Amino acid sequence: MSELFNIFNVSGSALTAQSLRLNTIASNMANAQVVSQTPEGAYRAKLPLFAAVLQGAGNGASATGVKVAGVVESPAPPLAEYAPNHPLANEQGYVFNPNVNVVEEMANMISASRSYQNNVEVMNTTKQLLLRTLQLGQR
Amino acid sequence: MALSFDKALGIHAEALQLRAKRLELLASNVANSDTPNYKARDIDFRAALSHAGQSQGVGMARTHPSHIAAGGAAGAAEVQYRVPSQPSLDGNTVDPQLEQAAFVENAVQYQASLDFLNARFRGLRNALKGE
Repeated sequence: MSELFNIFNVSGSALTAQSLRLNTIASNMANAQVVSQTPEGAYRAKLPLFAAVLQGAGNGASATGVKVAGVVESPAPPLAEYAPNHPLANEQGYVFNPNVNVVEEMANMISASRSYQNNVEVMNTTKQLLLRTLQLGQR
Repeated sequence: MALSFDKALGIHAEALQLRAKRLELLASNVANSDTPNYKARDIDFRAALSHAGQSQGVGMARTHPSHIAAGGAAGAAEVQYRVPSQPSLDGNTVDPQLEQAAFVENAVQYQASLDFLNARFRGLRNALKGE
């Protein structure tokens, strides 16, 4: 039965990771229109870095959870936009847009939400199995 | 006439353990469906179960308390990597749909094993009552 309890740790870690991914997506989308005067000051898209991590070492440990190894910023260059009337424009008349690709973020969001749902499904099934196992031999 | 639980329950106790082990593996695969370089794993249930049926007491002996148990019913299950049908660039070999299907299938089979075990217990209880 400890295997079944392990599943809650594994799927729980996946839920944490996916919700962090959703969080970074929300942050990227929210800041997609924030312009800056300098290329360095522009917002950069944040991307979570997932890594597999063994849960509960020992007797043939096979449960593998997910951890977020870190959040990295996209190395893509910020997009310069010619807008001489913008109050934030520099001497050459440019403002700098974040390197956030909104279409990419939307696709990422769908992927994250599907993964989240999959893991919730797994946890629900496991809970039912555990409850049935507890009733073993009682009927 | 001695009543042996091992004989009375048959293969189902070991099957249940293996099913739980497989559920754990499949849940790990689902959880890591977005992890770069993660390789999906599974066990060959038939091979593992026949192995579990034969190898009673053939596993390595533990002569020291800090030894890690090797062999035995669930420990003998050999974990293998899945052959990906659509490998992705990030080195991940998880196919979420396939894993989800395998998980549900395995969950149903787990419940079947539970039902078999319940039936065995019911039989034992009836035999003890002698009604």
